[in-house]
Amino acid sequence: MTTRTVPLWRIAHGRSGDKGNRSNISVIAWEPEFWPLIVEQVDEAAVLRLFAFRHPTRVTRYLLPKLAAANFVIDDVLDGGVNDSLNLDSHGKSLSFLLLDLPVQVPTELAALLRGPEASITPKETT
Amino acid sequence: MDLLRIGCAAGFSGDRTDAAIGVVDALVAAGGPSFLIFETLAERTLALAQLARRKDPEGGYEPLLVDMLRPVLARCLRHGIRIVSNFGAANPEGAARRIRKLALELGMPAPVIAVIKGDDVSGPEYRTALDAALSTVLDHRTIVSANAYIGAEAVAQALTAGAQIVVGGRLADPSLTVGPAMAHFGWRADDWERIGRATMVGHLLECGAQVSGGYYADPGVKDIPGMARLGYPIAEVTEDGTAIITKPAGSGGRVDAHTVKEQLLYEIHDPCAYMTPDVVADIGDAEVQELAPDRVRLVGVRGHCRPDDLKVNVCFESGWQAEGEISYSGPRADGRARLAAETIRERMAGAGRLRIDLIGNCSVFGDDDGVLLESTGARASGDVRMRVALRNDDRAEAERLEREVLALYCCGPAGGGGVRTALRPTLGTRSCLLPRALVPTSFTLLD
Repeated sequence: MTTRTVPLWRIAHGRSGDKGNRSNISVIAWEPEFWPLIVEQVDEAAVLRLFAFRHPTRVTRYLLPKLAAANFVIDDVLDGGVNDSLNLDSHGKSLSFLLLDLPVQVPTELAALLRGPEASITPKETT
Repeated sequence: MDLLRIGCAAGFSGDRTDAAIGVVDALVAAGGPSFLIFETLAERTLALAQLARRKDPEGGYEPLLVDMLRPVLARCLRHGIRIVSNFGAANPEGAARRIRKLALELGMPAPVIAVIKGDDVSGPEYRTALDAALSTVLDHRTIVSANAYIGAEAVAQALTAGAQIVVGGRLADPSLTVGPAMAHFGWRADDWERIGRATMVGHLLECGAQVSGGYYADPGVKDIPGMARLGYPIAEVTEDGTAIITKPAGSGGRVDAHTVKEQLLYEIHDPCAYMTPDVVADIGDAEVQELAPDRVRLVGVRGHCRPDDLKVNVCFESGWQAEGEISYSGPRADGRARLAAETIRERMAGAGRLRIDLIGNCSVFGDDDGVLLESTGARASGDVRMRVALRNDDRAEAERLEREVLALYCCGPAGGGGVRTALRPTLGTRSCLLPRALVPTSFTLLD
């Protein structure tokens, strides 16, 4: 099976929220065909690696097959949370887009279903 | 079919103040029983409201209360659209008095307004319990606010008693929807399935336009029409607690399976155990169904017995935060901005941890320790704004940071411009649990 590498946002969308020093980020498949790819490739270890520079203590993934969605709960990733962090974005509202840039492998026969412009400006995309 | 419409016209303190107009238009056009809710509290809002009340004993409620209500209050009262909100913040009774005054100003008879009580646990009688729950964190700090998230029961009782407007403080966000549904359909407080379903309907509504195309758009990938005139959401709730989410006809925005899913999972942890004061809601088997354009039904939600404890948010004074910014542009902008940061670091040595951002290169993704910034290379040319932030218990040290950034005008790298600095007192927040029995809730009707 030939695959191509694309950023996660081409197969999923999501939103981040915060409670205290904990962030949650949803990853919602654009198409049912993309759901197995998310289950297989966007796992707790991948998310932990991606956020490692922010020192999370734990990542928990919850799968919601009927919604074709995953929910990631990332502990201790917000520098103390909205009232303690010195970040401009103390809620971590922007973090969904950090996750949505994760490279994923997509079978080429699904390429027609990919979201977004084909001539993507993101440098991570390669064929 | 017995249908209850609940429209939401605010998702936070500071939301668009004209949001309610389109929602009320749609509720009036639809006819039938309906409610308008405003959700205006976040983790810090109540503490800010307490500080406002210290300055003005009549204040301490939502600062935009009158702006939010003035465009729609008279129409709501005339058409029997009842209003439920937590915009009472730190002073629900003060808010209720202000609403009555507004109704009279608008030439309406004084409405029946209920005030919900019981969420404020900042009094000395609770301090022992809070200290036990938060142990070392509070450590003699001055508590600014302590509020329990309280549920829908008192809201439903107030509505059953005939209230046209219900004003609370820290009512849990979904309870603003559950209360009207309980009162209208006559559900028992332990009807976990129905209350679980209504709770997730409330969760979809509680952030206003976040379910109807707000906070969603990403041009070329997720396009939303009419962002400047977003329609705020309306839920058509049925007796079993399920609902269709829609929005006013002709408004901007969109309600589809994807906008609904994003909001459904917003600020959720374990999807099978979404805990509120009313219920433990469970969306493990939930589905969303697109019925028609801008009409999405949520089904498959379950409910389990409510928690024994209530969540409490405690806010306390935590010092000062100072920020300063300066811009560099053109050749080697990044290098000049980094030199400015190094200079500030040396000048501020010993004043505590500084956070440095290079806006335009690396800012919000990075952590406070700057790990990401260090690994982010410079660009040959650019447009970079150096930001530095500091927290300190001592106001004078925080102010010193402002002066040091300002001094970059004459002492910093070449070509720096546009200095802005800001200083503000900070509030810390911690959460704990209190047994439900310690936090009785009730309502009173405004005399």
